[in-house]
Amino acid sequence: MRTRTQRPNLVGGLVGTFWLAVTLVPIYYIVVTSLRPRADYFTSNPLSIPTEPTLTAYREVLAADFTKYLVNSVLVTVATVAVTVTLSLMAAYVIVHNRSALSRRAFEVLLLGIAIPIQATIVPVYYLIVRLGLYDTLWALILPSIAFAIPISVLILVNFVRDIPRELFESMRLDGVSEWSLLWRLVTPMTVPAIITVAIYDALNVWNAFLFPLILTQSADKRVLPLSLWTFQGSFTVNVPAILAAVVLSVIPLLVVYAIGRRFLVSGLTAGFSK
Amino acid sequence: MTVADRVREPRQSTSPPARPRPRRLGPSLWMSAPAMGFFAFFAVVPLAGVVILSFTTWDGLGTPEWAGTANWTSVLSDPVTQHAITLSVILTVASWLVQCPTSLLLGVFMAGRQRYRAVYSVLLFLPLLFSAAAVGIAYKSLLDPNFGLGTALGIDSLNQDWLGDPSLSMPMLVFVIAWCFIPFHSLLYQAAARQIPRSMYEAATIDGAGRMTTFFHITLPQLKNTIVTSSTLMIVGSLTYFDLIFVMTNGGPGNATRVMPLDMYLRGFRSYDMGGAAVVGVLLVVVGLAVSYLLNRLGGSSRMDSQMEGL
Repeated sequence: MRTRTQRPNLVGGLVGTFWLAVTLVPIYYIVVTSLRPRADYFTSNPLSIPTEPTLTAYREVLAADFTKYLVNSVLVTVATVAVTVTLSLMAAYVIVHNRSALSRRAFEVLLLGIAIPIQATIVPVYYLIVRLGLYDTLWALILPSIAFAIPISVLILVNFVRDIPRELFESMRLDGVSEWSLLWRLVTPMTVPAIITVAIYDALNVWNAFLFPLILTQSADKRVLPLSLWTFQGSFTVNVPAILAAVVLSVIPLLVVYAIGRRFLVSGLTAGFSK
Repeated sequence: MTVADRVREPRQSTSPPARPRPRRLGPSLWMSAPAMGFFAFFAVVPLAGVVILSFTTWDGLGTPEWAGTANWTSVLSDPVTQHAITLSVILTVASWLVQCPTSLLLGVFMAGRQRYRAVYSVLLFLPLLFSAAAVGIAYKSLLDPNFGLGTALGIDSLNQDWLGDPSLSMPMLVFVIAWCFIPFHSLLYQAAARQIPRSMYEAATIDGAGRMTTFFHITLPQLKNTIVTSSTLMIVGSLTYFDLIFVMTNGGPGNATRVMPLDMYLRGFRSYDMGGAAVVGVLLVVVGLAVSYLLNRLGGSSRMDSQMEGL
């Protein structure tokens, strides 16, 4: 029961309104500019609605191998996420249910791994990839991405595997169920929301990654989306509508995910930090 | 048989002497080996590797050769690196000062259950969908002195060469980084603020406490852990941040935005001095780990301890 209506949150409202404007103006600018005819870009007001909107810029981007880069990004993301989630779930199960000192030690090492700044290890990662003969292949992106995604993924999954009642495992073990089928028939179905969260978190990181593709790949057929935006900027120098159309196209896949499963996307983003 | 039946079954049917305890104590350690192997090979080995490579000369093509402490003395005495360290500290402090209060206020604001605040949250999170490369490219054209935002609004003070003027480029980077990351940190605060029991506010209101009092005496103390977590992420993140700065300024104009990660990249992959780059890499690892550790201590019970307790 409320006896008194709360006074409005004035400071929050002011900061909120200001930051919303700051957030939306650039996004609005990106969209309207990408629809503007190339000639109008130099003459019209940057924030005006284009008088004759056109999709020419989008056609130019799609003609410039955009779909190839999209496919590369999808391949790298799907492979990384599939392997990371599978291996992390296996490891999380061991960490929760194998009560040996060694498995505790392994978990401690993994937790330390979360604090390693990836950026700081680019020189040795480059060295490893060159020595393995993987330079300029999609594997060069997939393998290190898996390794750096594993610590946080295991951490999140451990929290959920721990919540499955131990009695369920004990009784199934008494029935002679093997550990692999426990993993498949009990752990997997009971951690589906966590698996989705982890998958989204890992996918976002890999999808938007820029540094590994920059140093570990070189040729155009191995280029992923974020890197392609950077190279578009070089090749379309004066065609700003096309550059911004490429930006819009690169955001669309995530926007679709955001529209369908906002809740999962949000929990994926904050996974491991807000629990 | 349903899962619930199985829970109860063994307790009724197991008469201790008749049935031997299962020998297995759980899954074999081998099941975690692939994950540990990946992590060891591509994350732990590079961590050791960056230290080793910092004592070698390597141009990125041939074989690294032992160089002793030569890289360390030359990099640490190089004014470019010293400048990079100063810039990284400035970027980190400024980013924290902008992002921490703003995202805290926004998060608390969005924690409200009103309908319009839900819509507000949906819009505010949009920057999270953009990759750093996308943001950098979009802002480069938005900040163009001839065709950008300055000309749109007709405000002269906005019409500057934001990225070309050495004194303006760093503040502009702080702003654009804030644009990218404030939504994420607001999310953390929103989730945390929603967990503060409403009864605490009701009790305080009955006692006549105003909004300011409740904010400083209930909200802030209750958000302490989130402030520590979010600040750690902001500080370590700003120290090691590369993508956006690379795309927007590539360290320029001159060396005006050549922060430590940029210095490392440019040394290693543009000047082919991998040994020198590794020295900067070691510095980044040490500072990153130290900041995480110190802030964790500052926050009282460490996150890692609480993770281990449940096992």
